Amino acid sequence: MDLVTFGVQLLNAIQYGMVLFLVASGLTLVFGILGVINLAHGAFYMLGAYLAYWITMYSGSFALAMAGGVAIAFALGLVLESIFIRRLYGRDHLAQVLLSFGLILVIDEVREILFGKDVHSVPAPTWLAGSIQLTDNLSYPVYRLAICVFCLIVAALIFLVITRTKVGMIVRAGAENREMTRVLGIRFDVVNRYVFAVGIALAALGGIVIAPISTVFPGMGDGMLILSFVVVVLGGIGSVAGAAVGALLIGLTDTFGKVFFPSVASILIYVLMAAVLLWRPNGILGRREV
Amino acid sequence: MRQRWLVPTILLAMAVALPFVTSTYYVQFASKALIMGILAMALNLVVGHGGLVSLCHAAFFGLAGYVLALLSPGYDPAPLLLTLPVAMLASAVAALAIGALALRTRGVYFIMVTLAFGEMMFFLFHDTGIAGGSDGTYVNAKPEIAIGGYQLLDLGSPTVFYFVVLACLAATVALIAMLVNAPFGRALAAARDNERRARSLGFPIFRIRLIAFVISGAIAGVAGYFAAAQFGFVAPQMLGWHLSATVLVMVLIGGLRSVTGPLIGALVLIALEEVLKAATDHWKLAEGLIVIFIVLALPSGIRQLWPMIFGERADAPAPDVGSRRSVAAAAEARHG
Repeated sequence: MDLVTFGVQLLNAIQYGMVLFLVASGLTLVFGILGVINLAHGAFYMLGAYLAYWITMYSGSFALAMAGGVAIAFALGLVLESIFIRRLYGRDHLAQVLLSFGLILVIDEVREILFGKDVHSVPAPTWLAGSIQLTDNLSYPVYRLAICVFCLIVAALIFLVITRTKVGMIVRAGAENREMTRVLGIRFDVVNRYVFAVGIALAALGGIVIAPISTVFPGMGDGMLILSFVVVVLGGIGSVAGAAVGALLIGLTDTFGKVFFPSVASILIYVLMAAVLLWRPNGILGRREV
Repeated sequence: MRQRWLVPTILLAMAVALPFVTSTYYVQFASKALIMGILAMALNLVVGHGGLVSLCHAAFFGLAGYVLALLSPGYDPAPLLLTLPVAMLASAVAALAIGALALRTRGVYFIMVTLAFGEMMFFLFHDTGIAGGSDGTYVNAKPEIAIGGYQLLDLGSPTVFYFVVLACLAATVALIAMLVNAPFGRALAAARDNERRARSLGFPIFRIRLIAFVISGAIAGVAGYFAAAQFGFVAPQMLGWHLSATVLVMVLIGGLRSVTGPLIGALVLIALEEVLKAATDHWKLAEGLIVIFIVLALPSGIRQLWPMIFGERADAPAPDVGSRRSVAAAAEARHG
């Protein structure tokens, strides 16, 4: 493998890891603040991709698809929290698992009614559609680079909000000690609603940005759900920084696994997870007790 | 004590009589429901009694099905007395490996880790060429029970198949009831209710949980073996986590704290799916809404429906007062 090919694969790995981070950070935020494990997270990723397909098809504008998809997902998050998720606080994990499984069945079926079950592709925005010529027979799509940059900006925003703002302070305090924060007068019913909506919007955003370089298909949410879980287990649940570490590790393992060990590539990330479980059962950046 | 045995005896008599009063279709349907009942009871050993929400039991179920498919000699029936133990062993070994890693974690981590390892098994059969890859493969002949070349039972007959499954179900109920009531089961429940206290009393929590997980995986293998034999087909979807979650729904419907409750849950959910499939193309939408409703409104399963429909018996005497025990208490004793 020469240096250019290595560089291309490294870029692919980072780009894949960044999208994983978008989705997994939503999952880990929702668990950290609400204490709810949401199996339907992958379904919202899938929904985001279908919304991207649907909006670009009718408007021709990917930017509009992005804004519209995120807005719809955010609104859906607010609604679902106030109808269903709110009733899960304090319930055991089994109830959370099964309610979100019920949500998956509903979302999948609603998607089928609205968009059908066909496989679609979404065109990248025209100004990002080209590729950069690296060598005579090797080029790199601009859109993939744009994903890296965009996800980095979103990641930076998430970290800035969490570490530098009052909202972030409330979120961190809530993750640390919920009861104490409540006693200090923080309205958790409101915080929960918006955190859940942001989590869902991040999942959908992941689906939207991936749509032009992947195909849009019904089962895409399942794969992403499992990957996000592996990311969260690797990094430590509730930790956004952990999600970033886990996502990049998965991106590197998966991309280079496919290059070097193509026959067992799909198993490698689980081997990595098993290794981390033996080494640090609560994740690389996780706290000792959960 | 008399009443405690009455209801199970009647149910068993009805189950035995079923093939003689209904058509083949319903016998096969009942076999399928009982197979899912075995799976749900196996899962409940770890979920209800052990407090460990596992999302990888479909992997043990499917793995045993694949073992049958791989061991079946072409178009001849496979010997059940040989292939069933091998299938159970395969599931038990998989449960041992996954359990040893997953049980290092707690709570929500355990859910995510079991889900991930279950999907790893799915990809193992989906992405590699084993037994037809993503297309799956056929089990051309149903297994037979033969000793020394003399065929005792041919599972190709739906009635024989049904009775063999019923026998396995009875064995599963007996085994799990015995385990749960033994000191082992008490220790498992103690670890569920208060892990720290159980640990400080000297119980080897990790080992107890791992044993329960392996037994549960092996019984799930029995269910998967018969499922593969009945459908005559195995595909990676058999190992997928949607099945694991569906079986969890059965467990919730039937009630977590009983041995046979999940069996009831399996019968209810399978009958419900059958009705919904006949009624609408979008049956999964209805099923999803029903699952959500059950989680929110009936956290202890469908037995909660009883007082809702027939009203609370305000004048119900305290439990264990002769024959006038409340229905709920009787159900409690039966499910024990």
